[in-house]
Amino acid sequence: MEIPYAVQPREDTGLYNAKLGIWLFLASEVMLFGALFSSYILLRVGAAPGAWPHGLLNIPIGTLNTLVLITSSVTVVMAWASLKMNQLSRFKMYQTLTVLFALTFVCIKSYEYHDKFTHYEVVLKDGKSMTGHIEGSPMLWNLTKLNVKKIPSITFTPEAAHGSHDAKSEGAAGASAHGEPTKIATSDIVKLECFGPFHNTYLAIYFTLTALHALHVIGGAIVIGYILFTSGRWWKKNPEQLTNRVEVSGLFWHFVDLVWIFLFPVLYLL
Amino acid sequence: MSLKAIHVLFIVASTLLALGFSGWGFSHYLSSEGAAVDLAYGIGSAAAGIGLVVYGCYFLKKLKNISFL
Repeated sequence: MEIPYAVQPREDTGLYNAKLGIWLFLASEVMLFGALFSSYILLRVGAAPGAWPHGLLNIPIGTLNTLVLITSSVTVVMAWASLKMNQLSRFKMYQTLTVLFALTFVCIKSYEYHDKFTHYEVVLKDGKSMTGHIEGSPMLWNLTKLNVKKIPSITFTPEAAHGSHDAKSEGAAGASAHGEPTKIATSDIVKLECFGPFHNTYLAIYFTLTALHALHVIGGAIVIGYILFTSGRWWKKNPEQLTNRVEVSGLFWHFVDLVWIFLFPVLYLL
Repeated sequence: MSLKAIHVLFIVASTLLALGFSGWGFSHYLSSEGAAVDLAYGIGSAAAGIGLVVYGCYFLKKLKNISFL
């Protein structure tokens, strides 16, 4: 038995099954991301004046990722247009580029995460607070780890300005000068914490939103890659169905890109 | 709504982002803490915004035979 409207649109809705399905799915996605965006806004509005951190993120890297995603949305639509014009080889080229852009995005995001997991705030017994990097760039260290591993001291390279969350002094953009490396005894440390999701509310919501978004990018890349690798067979068997599936995956991809278009200014600029 | 329509919407959103980012860059440059990098953001994203508008027109022309639905 053949499933109706798998390829041809239904007369009353004007949609084929997959398109109706993806729009329903995207509606649920809008609710998911909408709830998280609302949480971000409420947390930010509710924060004490001056307490919300600024300049923790690397704007050039975020801008590069935005360019990568905008370009990928162009390649994904060009892949679909190529199929509409019966150009399978061009479709494969554009589809491959889309997957490569998706991987580039994920690699850049991983670099940003790594940067946060190796960036520390240390509070000393004398009340002094510094942000900077530990020699060797270890990830996710804390005071408990130092004590468990019986590490007597760390060599800490602080940023020029200490204890500030100001954009220019925080040095997240990699532009600020660093102080001299200092040896700090573990016994003098009260708190050692990297800029992970547990560090403050801003980073918690930042990691939640961007990690969820990155998972969507990975999922989209897997689907687009699957369509690419099976397209030869599919094209011979049912070219119209392949074109429809490419359109549906493209709709999902555009949604993912659109989420980033909102995420970038909200998290990096404002 | 087809991929063509969503793509047009996406290009409009990207253009607005580019122009907004450009405004952000210029306003930071003109503030007391302004740096050369802020001016670069302003000029670069204004150029990107213009590029996106040009691309949008090209896209609409290229796919004029494909429906928006």
